[in-house]
Amino acid sequence: MGFTIAYLSLIILIPLAALFIKAAGLGWEEWKAILVSPRIIAATRLTFGLSAAAAGVSVVTGLLVTWVLVRYEFPGKRMLDAMVDLPFALPTAVAGITLTAIYGKEGWIGSHFAAAATWVKETWHPAGWIGEQINTWANFGAAYSSLGIFIALTFIGFPFVVRTLQPVMEDLGKEIEEAAATLGAGRWTVFRRVILPLLVPALITGFTLAFARAIGEYGSVIFISGNLPMKTEILPLLIVSQLEQFKYGAAAVIASGMLIISFVLLFIINLLQRRLDWQNR
Amino acid sequence: MSISIHSINKTFGSYKALEDVSLEVPNGSLTALLGPSGSGKTTLLRIVAGLEFADDGPGKILFHGENVVGIPAGKRSVGFVFQHYALFRHMSVADNIAFGLTVLPRSKRPAKSEIRDRVHELLGLVKLDGLDKRRPHELSGGQRQRVALARALAIRPKVLLLDEPFGALDAKVRKDLRRWLRVFHDEINLTTLFVTHDQEEALELADQVVVMRNARIEQVGTPQEIYDRPRSPFVYEFLGNVNKLTEPNGVQRYIRPHEIEVLFAAEYDPTTDRMAKIQHLFSAGPVATLGVRLDDGKFVDVELSRKQLEDLGLSVGDEVAIRSNPPE
Amino acid sequence: MANLQVTTESKPVRLILILAAIIVLGLFLLLPLFAVFAEALRRGWEVFLASLTEDAALSAIKLTLLAAAISVPLNTLFGVSAAWLVTKYRFKGRAFLISLIDLPFAISPVIAGLVWVMIFGAKGWLPPETLTNLLAPAANLAAWAASSDRFGGLFEGLAAWLANPKIIFATPGIIIATVFITFPFVARELIPLMESQGSDQEEAAVTLGAGGWRIFWRITLPNIKWGLLYGVLLCNARAMGEFGAVSVVSGHIRGKTNTLPLHIEVLYNEYQFSAAFACATLLAFLALFTLGMKSLVEQLSGHSAAGKH
Repeated sequence: MGFTIAYLSLIILIPLAALFIKAAGLGWEEWKAILVSPRIIAATRLTFGLSAAAAGVSVVTGLLVTWVLVRYEFPGKRMLDAMVDLPFALPTAVAGITLTAIYGKEGWIGSHFAAAATWVKETWHPAGWIGEQINTWANFGAAYSSLGIFIALTFIGFPFVVRTLQPVMEDLGKEIEEAAATLGAGRWTVFRRVILPLLVPALITGFTLAFARAIGEYGSVIFISGNLPMKTEILPLLIVSQLEQFKYGAAAVIASGMLIISFVLLFIINLLQRRLDWQNR
Repeated sequence: MSISIHSINKTFGSYKALEDVSLEVPNGSLTALLGPSGSGKTTLLRIVAGLEFADDGPGKILFHGENVVGIPAGKRSVGFVFQHYALFRHMSVADNIAFGLTVLPRSKRPAKSEIRDRVHELLGLVKLDGLDKRRPHELSGGQRQRVALARALAIRPKVLLLDEPFGALDAKVRKDLRRWLRVFHDEINLTTLFVTHDQEEALELADQVVVMRNARIEQVGTPQEIYDRPRSPFVYEFLGNVNKLTEPNGVQRYIRPHEIEVLFAAEYDPTTDRMAKIQHLFSAGPVATLGVRLDDGKFVDVELSRKQLEDLGLSVGDEVAIRSNPPE
Repeated sequence: MANLQVTTESKPVRLILILAAIIVLGLFLLLPLFAVFAEALRRGWEVFLASLTEDAALSAIKLTLLAAAISVPLNTLFGVSAAWLVTKYRFKGRAFLISLIDLPFAISPVIAGLVWVMIFGAKGWLPPETLTNLLAPAANLAAWAASSDRFGGLFEGLAAWLANPKIIFATPGIIIATVFITFPFVARELIPLMESQGSDQEEAAVTLGAGGWRIFWRITLPNIKWGLLYGVLLCNARAMGEFGAVSVVSGHIRGKTNTLPLHIEVLYNEYQFSAAFACATLLAFLALFTLGMKSLVEQLSGHSAAGKH
């Protein structure tokens, strides 16, 4: 017991305390100045917005993949099931350069994508934010745009949804579906009114896990994002750039804010998990 | 509505679950499918419900003369109660019961107020008034069972199918609910088919008992017929304790413990009786059980009333004569 | 015939869903994996092999192995003892302790590196100058030991480091950051496993007169061995693959403080794409090996060994 607590304190608690103390050492005015700077606001919006969008798409694709893996038999299923964990096991730097190679301008998919964007640009001449995005896509494929970040965050997040959903779906049992069927419900009604509501807690947990991971993600994003301040700069990258300019205080403040959000998310995940366990008793 | 089952076969891979099964379930009857696990009884019930499908062939299932083989489960008008109830745990009791009505196509769906009235009527029928807002996990096993029943009845089914209806309940609740179901059936008078592996349950509850074994029907009859005139050693043994006794004339026969008479050793008649020694004796309850050992070393169970036991004044180690008195 | 089966969809619907899932998985998982190898070999085997055998790559591999060799055993030891503590005993603050163990999962890798800069960096709590003063007695001792005739060689490196102790932008920082990041993996695999097994067998062993260590080696360890193996593998995969945290503390000194993932970044930023991907294949193989072992462990242990990450 002594060893566990001592080790935990040394490795986790003291360093985190150091960070918070550093951040707290700054005055209120400094905090405010850091937090309301347009670059931080832009990065925060980008990070949270894209993380939520990626987690949302992960929920949809995760539901589809889990459904197929749990319910159907087809050749290669075991291998695909094992592959779902790839984003967990593949180092983020490798994921980052690979996704860029695929979805960037010269990329296998990105090149077609860039061509399509060029066509859209020349045909419709879209203006405003959309025009700007289309322009970026035409020039760089999915790289250097929020689309690239979104792709990386979805890659990172979607295994969380599958692995949260899978055990719940396996334990559902056929009986409730049969009961609904004998009562006259069609297949779609059974899914919508019986199966889906039972999956909602797991879907929310999966979403939150994917979201929490996406907010802090660094390695798989920075290669594809291009890291343009105000445009494609995510919060973790902003911390690094503050650090490189030796602005330790600012880095500590941003990190503290992110940490607090992570703790809240962790807390929510634990609550949801408990609820999930309880529901599946 | 009567159910007629004609030469149904069912195989799972190489495993035969049902082999040429035919059965008549009369209108309004309460019929038990009785058998050990793996005898095919649940498969038969699920085929009747449309949850499972018989092998291709001449097999037919008729509801009141109409073949339902190609009709999907949801259109057969069967109420099915699952062994573990299969309640929708994210819905209240009322929503569970109303489910079958709310999924009807819009043109046939009753008005909301009508559905609510029907739910309350059903809650009254299954004696669960006031529990409409509860969630399934807030109910006892017996209550869940009745919610499942009410949910199945909500769609006004033409036949009611129950899979091991008391399997998941403890002994006391089981007995109460069994009696209640019998009375309930007599009230609603709906053709009911239920599956059980418990002979006591089948004999006490059903009008007609179907004994199944190894994918086949072994015997069909009233509880009385099945108990008194079992057609095979299997039915004999399955319906309760039974002794295999060789009589002095060399004939082997099955005889139930209560059909054996115990006499003082002095009354021994070598043409009809066997000598035996009392090995153990249980006399808690109205019926006493004796375990006796015959002269050839075989054990036989004997049941007699407490009164008889006291009159005889027997104790462990006594020598007695036993005589078999089968009912005629 | 119409679809009479009530618990599955009609064949066309099934096929469409399966196809859609395969496309999603193919686009997201198989294509990237394939791309790593294709990009690595784009300029041929010679470039590929040369990229792996150049000095900077070799020293990055060495540092990566060193970081893993230190953090994996440390965190395995911690994981087992922490899992033992929270599953076999009930005490106040137990739930809090479990949450603490999970913490590094919830923290951005960048922050995991940053906290160490806050402590050991130039403006931190223990900047290099303070550390030099603090460690001066140890440095003197090591210098004396190094000057001795017989074992001097063993202490030379230590003495040199203690005289000028650098953590951030040096190897020790990379190791500490790796330890932080890989901290929960073993414990996270073991806790649910040991929780589900309960303490019945251990209690039975106690009644039979077995002592603490004996119970651990003979009863507990055999029961958790597959989960432990998988936890160690995951811990190792992350230790070798960690990027964000080590990136913050490393200083990117080529041939000195670059691990394999950092080396990949440097190569990539210098537009040496084939070399970057060649090094990436090593880590991709590591990932595939880990996934393969997971499937194997699941088969051997007969149930799902994988928890969440």
